[in-house]
Amino acid sequence: MADVKKLLKEYEHKLPPSILLDLEKSLPEKITPARLKKIFERVYQEYITSVAEPGEAVGLVCAESIGEPGTQMTLNTFHFAGVSEMNVTTGLPRLIEILDGRKEISTEMMEIYLNDPFNKGKDIKKIAESLKETKFDEFISEASIDIAQLTMEIKLDSRKLEALNFEPEKLIKILQKSVKACSFKLEGDKLIVKMSEKDENINDLYKFKEKIKLVYVHGIKGIRQVLPVKRGEEYLIVTLGSNLKDVFKLEVVDTTRTRTNNIFETNKVLGIEAARAIIIDELYKVIQAQGLNVDIRHIMLVADTMCMGGKVSGINRYGIVKDKSSVLARASFETPIRHIMDSAMMGDRDKLSSVIENVMLNQVVPVGTGLPGLVTKVK
Amino acid sequence: MTDVFLNNKYTGKVSDPEDFVDKVISSRRMGKLSESINIFHHKKTDQIFVEISGGRPIRPLIVVKDGKPLLSERHIAQLQKGGLTWSDLVKQGVIEYLDAAEEENTLVAFSEEELTKEHTHMEITPLDIFGICTSLVPFGSHNHGVRLNQGSKNQKQSIGFYATNFLVRMDMDVNILHYPQVPLIKSIMHDISEYEKHPSGQNVVVAVMSYEGYNMEDAIIINKGSIERGLGRSSYYRPVIAEELRYSGGLIDEISIPDKDVKGYKSEEDYKFLEGDGIISPEAKVEEGHVVIGKVSPPRFLSSLDEYNLTSNVKRESSMTLAHGEHGVVDFVLLTENNEGNKLVQVRLRNMCVPEIGDKFTSRHGQKGVIGLVVPERDMPFSASGVKPDIIFSPHGIPSRMTVSHLMELISGKTAAMAGRFIDATTFSSETEGDIRKELSSLGFRENGTEILYNGHTGKQFKVNIFIGNMYYLKLKHMVANKMHSRARGPIQLLTRQPTEGRAKEGGLRLGEMEKDTFVAHGTSILLKERFDADKTIVPVCESCGVIAIYDARKNRSFCPTCGENVSISNVEISYAFKLLLDELKSLMVYPRMKLKSKY
Repeated sequence: MADVKKLLKEYEHKLPPSILLDLEKSLPEKITPARLKKIFERVYQEYITSVAEPGEAVGLVCAESIGEPGTQMTLNTFHFAGVSEMNVTTGLPRLIEILDGRKEISTEMMEIYLNDPFNKGKDIKKIAESLKETKFDEFISEASIDIAQLTMEIKLDSRKLEALNFEPEKLIKILQKSVKACSFKLEGDKLIVKMSEKDENINDLYKFKEKIKLVYVHGIKGIRQVLPVKRGEEYLIVTLGSNLKDVFKLEVVDTTRTRTNNIFETNKVLGIEAARAIIIDELYKVIQAQGLNVDIRHIMLVADTMCMGGKVSGINRYGIVKDKSSVLARASFETPIRHIMDSAMMGDRDKLSSVIENVMLNQVVPVGTGLPGLVTKVK
Repeated sequence: MTDVFLNNKYTGKVSDPEDFVDKVISSRRMGKLSESINIFHHKKTDQIFVEISGGRPIRPLIVVKDGKPLLSERHIAQLQKGGLTWSDLVKQGVIEYLDAAEEENTLVAFSEEELTKEHTHMEITPLDIFGICTSLVPFGSHNHGVRLNQGSKNQKQSIGFYATNFLVRMDMDVNILHYPQVPLIKSIMHDISEYEKHPSGQNVVVAVMSYEGYNMEDAIIINKGSIERGLGRSSYYRPVIAEELRYSGGLIDEISIPDKDVKGYKSEEDYKFLEGDGIISPEAKVEEGHVVIGKVSPPRFLSSLDEYNLTSNVKRESSMTLAHGEHGVVDFVLLTENNEGNKLVQVRLRNMCVPEIGDKFTSRHGQKGVIGLVVPERDMPFSASGVKPDIIFSPHGIPSRMTVSHLMELISGKTAAMAGRFIDATTFSSETEGDIRKELSSLGFRENGTEILYNGHTGKQFKVNIFIGNMYYLKLKHMVANKMHSRARGPIQLLTRQPTEGRAKEGGLRLGEMEKDTFVAHGTSILLKERFDADKTIVPVCESCGVIAIYDARKNRSFCPTCGENVSISNVEISYAFKLLLDELKSLMVYPRMKLKSKY
């Protein structure tokens, strides 16, 4: 064991901490010091070969490595036929959505992991059902308007009430809170709603009926569908629609693993590092689903670039291109006149420090063989 | 009550829709109504649509009554005699035209065998789902639909015998095949379209095998002996046109040999083929730069002042000259006049195109390919009876494309050639594969079309039997001679000083954005710079104001237009395109300044 400690110390500045940690975990119990040393040497060699050399155009290689398989992607989105009733955006549309840094994504989804007794399947259906945003119209089995009395008769769905463990009285309380100007009365399983103001006509009553149907009663806002799934040994809940903040408030939820596919929401609730992780995760998932193979480091570089400014910015002229320092580089990518005019007004300076400007001027680009310079000044 | 719409506009109501529709149809069949009127009863919504508007596709079908087609044996006999025509049948109501809507109310039988009491119509022939060109594909019913499309597209590009009077026609860009043949494997459309009068291919012996790897990726190997015997030989015709244009002030072009004092006079050598009238003589062999029609034009900008000025009164040379890479033989000269009554000269040039590596050929099944190798006849594989293939086709073209018809034509072609008859290969009604195989076997060949072949180099027998037979091959109009292009140095554009674009202008091959990326990705920056050096210029830059300075060659020094002479000016190497960008920025009232710094 002492040998391991010694070697770990020795390689402390040669290898990144995460690799050292992995290495320490995966070492066998019994091992000769000579072999141990060999393992460390081998890991170091592997690490060195994986490191990008100075002057390597990592950004460009990354762009080509993601862009080329992207052209092979077809627009068709896969359907989970029959399995889960959910139709998730994948493929090229989803890829574009992530890279553009769109605020509103087409399919919001959450994976809610649960704390101990519940992740073994305890009350899983009940928990799932309680998450779902439920509106009043789901409790209605029949609704009619009494024209003579100018009242509304609502027959409540007793099965639904039971499923959510709801008393009719509790329902009335919630309704009363959000809908003013009327009174509720319970007659058997019927709910009689009476408008408090006398001069209401039938038209208004009809509108009111439609309005009351949309009253939020129960669950978490924004969660439109829930689906308990068993993944491996564990039960979790997949939802359509996302509300990370409110889901985290629930005690049964494992907040360390619960995730949403909404990058902006993740950024707001958990911060930029979490957003970066989600970008990597989501991009990698899309590419994997298409049966393509892109090195994860390319994707990590994209995610890093998108989150570099402390906020999530897309790969387009409103996002990362806007933050380029070079006028010529910005002008060479969409809306050139605007960039030139703005820069002229501000008296901007272009230091010609990246590739595209130097190609424009027919100068040596500062990557690869063009990067190194002379240390000694030539007079 | 059923609503009735005429050309999609509401026109009225009828109480008995069935009766109304029947009446309209029977009146049409009796010739009381136009044959292009169609009526459609939409039963779900109970509406009747009557259509007589233009632009609807309509198609003819045989009318069927009580399970029997109205077209009888008697009709057919009369048709064959010529006593009856198509329009008679339409008038008699034997054949009627239906549009897409009326078809919904009908039940159409594919053939006479499947007719029942319920059927209302019958197809004239199943072949009419195809156009003329697609019907020309033999054994089309054995193929994937895509291959039929491609087969017909290829046939449209084939070189043939497009017009019998081609010798006196002045067509732009046409080809004539020298020895066209009628296909042995025909479809009925070959007879209908009188294909024997304008054939466009040749019957060749095809062996399906590989040969030294020169027929990979759809290439074909061609027998040099066959080429020398005239296989795939064609002529390419192209006109050169000149006319005497009239200009303001009574000035006019003149077609003649230009005088030596004319502005822009070429060398005497270039005019050597011109006769006294300034037009080239027939059968002259012209090369690039040679003048075909000599012409002089009046000076371009003639102002009143210039009339007394001797130097500017010189006429302009405007002859029709052969451009870069062009050559040919003068075939035909035509002298006539244009709409305004001015002299118009047309000269037709001819090029003989002998098949060479890179010329495109195709069978009729979308199996196109370019020549990959021309093999001397002695090196071609041969059979025991001494037959050598004209073309060697790669077997790798078959499995993925599944053009079964290609293989069937090969066997049928062999049968047809040996039996001395044409074989009917009309899609859906061709002779059957079994019969053809039987016939081939009775002719003394292996019924699967394979033969023992011997290696042309060594004379040794091949270990496998080779699939060999006769096929109809077409030469396509894409020939390398008209496409081949390369450039090391050459003309540049005036504005950007970058190389011109396109083969006609002897242009460069663009190193585009993505190609640039490959250099960057490899880190080969200096090589990248060199590749983009085509428009590099050295400009003097004023170091105090950052603007491009002026170099005075007479005094051999530079000065700045704003700062004068007493400033330091350095020469900088940039692309001309960037200098142009700076100039354009200045025109936008943006002042771009260059701050210079030593790189080292």
